[in-house]
Amino acid sequence: MSAREKAEVLDQAGLDRALTRIGHEIVEQAGGADLALVGIKTRGETLAARIAQKIASIEGKRPAVGALDITLYRDDLGTRAEQPQVRSTEIPFSLKGLTVVLVDDVLFTGRTIRAAMDALMDLGRPRVIRLAVLVDRGHRELPIRPDYVGKNLPTSRKETVAVMLTEHDGQDRVVIQEPEEGEPTLDGATTPTPRRTIKKGRA
Amino acid sequence: MAWTRKDLVSMQDIEAGEIGDLLDTAESMKEIATREIKKVPTLRGKTVVNLFYESSTRTRTSFEIAGKWLSADVINFSASGSSAEKGESFLDTARNIEAMSPDVVVVRHKAAGGPALLARHLRCSVVNAGDGAHEHPTQALLDLLTIREKKGHLEGLNVTIVGDITHSRVARSNIHGMRKMGMTVTVAGPPTLIPPACQEMGVKVSHRLEEAIAHADVIMMLRLQHERMTGGFIPSLREYSRVWGLGLDRLQHCRPDVLIMHPGPVNRGVEISPEVADSRYSVILDQVTNGVAVRMAVLFLLAGSRAA
Repeated sequence: MSAREKAEVLDQAGLDRALTRIGHEIVEQAGGADLALVGIKTRGETLAARIAQKIASIEGKRPAVGALDITLYRDDLGTRAEQPQVRSTEIPFSLKGLTVVLVDDVLFTGRTIRAAMDALMDLGRPRVIRLAVLVDRGHRELPIRPDYVGKNLPTSRKETVAVMLTEHDGQDRVVIQEPEEGEPTLDGATTPTPRRTIKKGRA
Repeated sequence: MAWTRKDLVSMQDIEAGEIGDLLDTAESMKEIATREIKKVPTLRGKTVVNLFYESSTRTRTSFEIAGKWLSADVINFSASGSSAEKGESFLDTARNIEAMSPDVVVVRHKAAGGPALLARHLRCSVVNAGDGAHEHPTQALLDLLTIREKKGHLEGLNVTIVGDITHSRVARSNIHGMRKMGMTVTVAGPPTLIPPACQEMGVKVSHRLEEAIAHADVIMMLRLQHERMTGGFIPSLREYSRVWGLGLDRLQHCRPDVLIMHPGPVNRGVEISPEVADSRYSVILDQVTNGVAVRMAVLFLLAGSRAA
């Protein structure tokens, strides 16, 4: 499916400012102590590392950073045409008693976050789990709410949000895309998750 | 590339890209073994049946653990003490089991082609866990995973497989897999235990152990498959051990970073000396550990990929 770029939502400076603000909000609420950032692969992992850097420059201490792959916790296995790639989870510290901030790029249906919370609980017992996302695009299917949001972005279901990061895509920006005229929309297809949406957006 | 196959019957059938995907998936699965709670909910509600017509400890246990760590329900069936002893045919037994709606049937059978037969007749996924002297694909995959993990890559490596090649499904699956991954394979053993058409699989043949192992990055020792031998292949176990057994003396002429592998069960003092089996070159137990990860990857890709 080809997609047409409709609008730029964040440019490089805007994206950086959003992460700086999220870093400040996390420090203000949680303090620096017993804090860990866990990014949801793959772009959430990159964002978590960047937010950790922001917190380090504010607090002088970098929080622990881990990466979570949620493939094994998805609720749509066996309903998709092809199997998603399983990547490894890398959380080289105990979660017990920590304030864990989950980090993802786009919050959409909430199903990825549900899976991520189940995955975290299997790895240990954090004191608190909070959620930071770069973009909240609405259309939740589960009772999930983010604590830190870079940008609230009302979208229609047929649009896609593409988060591009230098580490993966060669540039920092967030854009809204919509399918070309006359093409089928995502509605009625397999439930799209942020990750899937982004992949489609880049295709 | 995406996994689209219903079954895993042989290494001959699958492509290099699929092997790479399977190994990548298995590598990610390894982390689960390090957890305090070794379970993920991925295959909840799926049923895996182990249908074993030949004895097995390692492979059956490995599939069982793999299924259970992924939250599948795993049922073990062994031919002894079953309806097979009452005269039911292999296919009838399998059809009866399929009538209970399993998602994956893991089958080991003494007849080459048994799993392929089931794959054709059953709607559920079929995994070959060893069929006669034909293939044992998950063993080859766990061997490749172990080599890739220790060496960092597969392409260009020299592997020497020593022993009873004729009766070895492990050798056959490994030769197919290793050739596809760009490795050079030499087989070595007494002429009676090397199949005449071996070169057609793209391997070198050697009848001198010292020569065959001198430049090997990996040496894979095989057990003599007495249960498949009809007699007359070797003069005596003692002679076989003296000519083809791997001891410390022979190891001295190998590369200093050589890996010693064995698919098990090991007959210590026959094909491999205890000192070599327990040496720092040996990765025999890593192979077993990786077996669970590989089987988790196989069950995940087969049971999870088809539209429900």
